Amino acid sequence: MKHLLSTGSLSHADAVRILDTAGQMAATQAREIKKLPTLRGRTVVNLFFEDSTRTRISFETAAKRLSADVINFSAKGSSVSKGESLKDTALTLQAMGADAVVIRHHASGAPHTLAHSGWTNGAVINAGDGTHQHPTQALLDAYTLRRHLTGPGDPSGRDLAGLRVAIVGDVLHSRVARSNVQLLHTLGAEVTLVAPPTLLPVGVESWPAEVSYHLDEVVDTKPDAIMMLRVQRERMSSAGGGFFPSPLEYTRGYGLDARRLAAMPDHAIVLHPGPMNRGLEISADAADSPRAVIVEQVANGVAVRMAVLYLLLAGNETTTNETKVDA
Amino acid sequence: MSSALPTPEQSGADPTVVLGAPEIARALTRIAHEILERNKGGADLVLLGIPTRGLPLAQRLGAKLVEVEPTLDLATLVGSLDVTMYRDDLAQHPTRTIGATDLPGTGIDGKVVVLVDDVLFSGRTIRAALDAISDLGRPRAVQLAALVDRGHRELPIRADFVGKNLPTSTTERVRVLLEETDGRDAVLIEGAR
Repeated sequence: MKHLLSTGSLSHADAVRILDTAGQMAATQAREIKKLPTLRGRTVVNLFFEDSTRTRISFETAAKRLSADVINFSAKGSSVSKGESLKDTALTLQAMGADAVVIRHHASGAPHTLAHSGWTNGAVINAGDGTHQHPTQALLDAYTLRRHLTGPGDPSGRDLAGLRVAIVGDVLHSRVARSNVQLLHTLGAEVTLVAPPTLLPVGVESWPAEVSYHLDEVVDTKPDAIMMLRVQRERMSSAGGGFFPSPLEYTRGYGLDARRLAAMPDHAIVLHPGPMNRGLEISADAADSPRAVIVEQVANGVAVRMAVLYLLLAGNETTTNETKVDA
Repeated sequence: MSSALPTPEQSGADPTVVLGAPEIARALTRIAHEILERNKGGADLVLLGIPTRGLPLAQRLGAKLVEVEPTLDLATLVGSLDVTMYRDDLAQHPTRTIGATDLPGTGIDGKVVVLVDDVLFSGRTIRAALDAISDLGRPRAVQLAALVDRGHRELPIRADFVGKNLPTSTTERVRVLLEETDGRDAVLIEGAR
């Protein structure tokens, strides 16, 4: 693994390895001294062309806990707002010696371009590009699902075989949904997408997932987990595309409230990638319920991003495996 | 790491068995007694095995300590200490899989920690282990037990308890096989390839 651009390119073994490594990273984060010397001397650049406080802070925390140096580069107030291209920004970062570039961009495919252009030698980690992919979010969701739903004991080595997960909301605009469908399918889970027809992309029938227009019917099938996607209020106005008529109608049809939560099985958990719109896609009852693992997802995000940084930066895949036992 | 090592059949040279199962058992029994003698009993002892093969060795040593001093509790005596993230050679190797660190519930503050590893060679693993320990707590003392000391130290580190001193050349490979991880107990020397 040189870059992390999409969950679609992760094999089953890769995905389980990342989750297992994240488990060990999470264990270190329960200690009094959370910092590890593993990536000392490495430089991680957070290159954010789109505002994102949570993802950037999560990556920054992960890199700092592994002792890497972190440079934050946000498009606002930088040379990018003066018209610099992605190429020139990347060349600048390369000249500064970036070992990894964490990129968030409003254009789908920008991380792919950066990784394959030769503009930078560092590892490229996609932190969300347009409506395409957000792989570390899907990995932290899978990590959270595995921790809660694959039985007691150490979950290391397990996948998500047989788990049934409903993903509800604005699938059309959601990179989180795309990343999750691919990753959860790779790990053996059955995914059902739930959305009004206007918020499903063309070609969704070719995705490895079931599709339903009715949340109540899906809740009655007793899924093991339900993942609520953020819905942007501006999408309902005709100027924003007119995807649904009113917030109230959306909440009635697709919001998770106390009644729907009560209809879920007792072991089922509620996920949300954040930031939440309380009262729109999720009610306060559901968001504050003990079955909501939304705050835990944030903590797991740091562990998963530490694992990704470790696996991409710590080793040297170009050397052949030394056969001496250097104990 | 060990999964990437070639099997003896692939490596060409015939391995020489230097220790068999009875010798390993006797060496561990002796080390267990030495640990108790040096520390005047088993109070405040914590054995930390370094994965992969230090961990089963620590568990065996712990069981032998409990045999000699039945007041000791095996559950609070043995733990594991993964040193992968403290190594200084991470960038020279393909990415290593991180093992589990599992300290006994009583922690290591004020305890006498005995590190347990299979082969003592360059000393770099032990340096990493000392760094890892200092992030986890402040033991009263740290001692080192190794089943095999093959020499060629690159750092000023020595073992307190050694199962067998094994003079080797740097081109030879020493492999420890254990029942728990490899299906049989043996220490092998493989010639230069």
